[in-house]
Amino acid sequence: MDWYPLYNSLRIAAISTAVVFFLGLLTAYYIARLPRLVKGALDVVLTLPLVLPPTVVGWLLLVLLGPNRPVGAWVLAHFGVRLVMTWWSAVFATVAVAFPLMYRTARGAFESFDQTLAEAGATLGRSNTWIFWRVRMPVCRQGILAGTVLAFARALGEYGATSMIAGYTPGRTATISTTVYQLWRTGSDGAALRWVLVNVAISAVFLLAVNLLEDRQRRTGKGGGR
Amino acid sequence: MALSVDIRKQLGDFHLEVQFDAEDETLALLGASGCGKSVTLKCVAGILTPDEGRITLDGVTLFDSAARIDLPPQRRHVGYLFQDYALFPNMTVRQNIAAGAKDRGRRRETAEALIRRFRLEDAADRKPRQLSGGQRQRTALARILASEPRAVLLDEPFSALDSYLKYQLELELAEILDSFPGTAVWVSHDRGEVFRNCGRVCVLDAGKSQPVRTLEELFRAPGTEAAARLSGCKNYAGVELRGEAVFVPAWNVTLRCAGPAADHVRTIGVRAHQVRPAPPGTENSFPCAVVRVIEDVFSTVVLLRPEGAAADAPLLRMELDKAAWQAVPDKQRLTAAIPPEDILLLK
Repeated sequence: MDWYPLYNSLRIAAISTAVVFFLGLLTAYYIARLPRLVKGALDVVLTLPLVLPPTVVGWLLLVLLGPNRPVGAWVLAHFGVRLVMTWWSAVFATVAVAFPLMYRTARGAFESFDQTLAEAGATLGRSNTWIFWRVRMPVCRQGILAGTVLAFARALGEYGATSMIAGYTPGRTATISTTVYQLWRTGSDGAALRWVLVNVAISAVFLLAVNLLEDRQRRTGKGGGR
Repeated sequence: MALSVDIRKQLGDFHLEVQFDAEDETLALLGASGCGKSVTLKCVAGILTPDEGRITLDGVTLFDSAARIDLPPQRRHVGYLFQDYALFPNMTVRQNIAAGAKDRGRRRETAEALIRRFRLEDAADRKPRQLSGGQRQRTALARILASEPRAVLLDEPFSALDSYLKYQLELELAEILDSFPGTAVWVSHDRGEVFRNCGRVCVLDAGKSQPVRTLEELFRAPGTEAAARLSGCKNYAGVELRGEAVFVPAWNVTLRCAGPAADHVRTIGVRAHQVRPAPPGTENSFPCAVVRVIEDVFSTVVLLRPEGAAADAPLLRMELDKAAWQAVPDKQRLTAAIPPEDILLLK
């Protein structure tokens, strides 16, 4: 059995989780300070990928990043790099669909954060950066961890947008999800079943982790959830 | 070396207008809840921004709307004791105190010294949620002192504690404030707490501050009904001026005062324990019917209706020792007297 799809899926999910982690946290942190109207509008835009069909997200990404499209053409002209149909092209797709999960979970955790703790830190002379990493993040730890795990699980299971932007090339852009589809299409039910079992196992482990985290969060009553 | 505050801020329909100067002393900010005490402290600490005005501390301008100066809390060096202490829940007592240390290179030594001073050795490795109320307060104070503030603001320091703990902690806090070299502002709604611990007081009534005065002055001549209420006075009645006396229409009684009342006097206040049963014919005495007798822990509260009183007139509250009430012969009707010097003339 060729394990490349597993390896490729895991690295795409890992990279996009790392990106989404920082992007989601910072967005959640800064969006809380915006005026209400702007906040509401941005919130809709940022959460949209969560409810849009993945094919719509994939289409939008292709319109943006394709070799004949504004961003794609510019990168191709200046760096000689094609943004689509490589293994890491899938990262664009997974970041787009996993971002809202991280953003919303982190925002929920930040909103339930007791603001007097930050005020106390400021009157003690500690910088906002110190307060963010040493107080806000640890206090919201469980909510943020849950968001990270959810984002990773979502990135791992992404199919629609990934297949549109990265395609299916065995040994190059194949992920677990695109491989299962390919195997089913070619009638290789036995091989497909093996990948289905692998996928179910990984997802079960992650969901278990999310449940444990949310359990602990409820018990300690700190950090807040979604 | 002092704190000078002169600020205005609009919050919804609430208008805050506060002006006071404090030397290196413990100044009380006394007011009913919702009168703007916490908002004032937050403006001084830099957590909230006033609409206009000026705040200076030890010659340094912290805020000046005209000069567009608004230092962030980090650069104000103002310690803030929050009502619920705001200890970092993810850190131990030791880490909380070290987090406050001004000199980052010596934060371990600073924390250890303060842990000893505040007798927190046994609690040093515990998280805030495992501490008693007193330990929480000591940790919060130690953390503030670690930051070497020029002024400290205490926001209702005992509101989060059970009353039986309060006396011991109040003594400890008083000792700490005695050895603190800068200005302390003690926010409270409790006149006893303020009387025991502060030298001077600024009364805050519905967002507006009254001139700073000594506690003794506040109790002797509160001047306004709000200040009189905060000082614990319980009886109030509208009056008409009659030279050195005042006429109380609701009770149909004329009372002589210690001196002539100023023209702006509209109300008198009488403390419940200064109303006394007296023989008929005593100065400022009048016959009353006893409406109700309430046995308190150490005293007896008697509600009286002066005989000439209108039907809807406020009852006169008299508070006296249990023994003194036992000695009163007639418990249905008696003559009550108010000494002229105990009549508070109010705006």
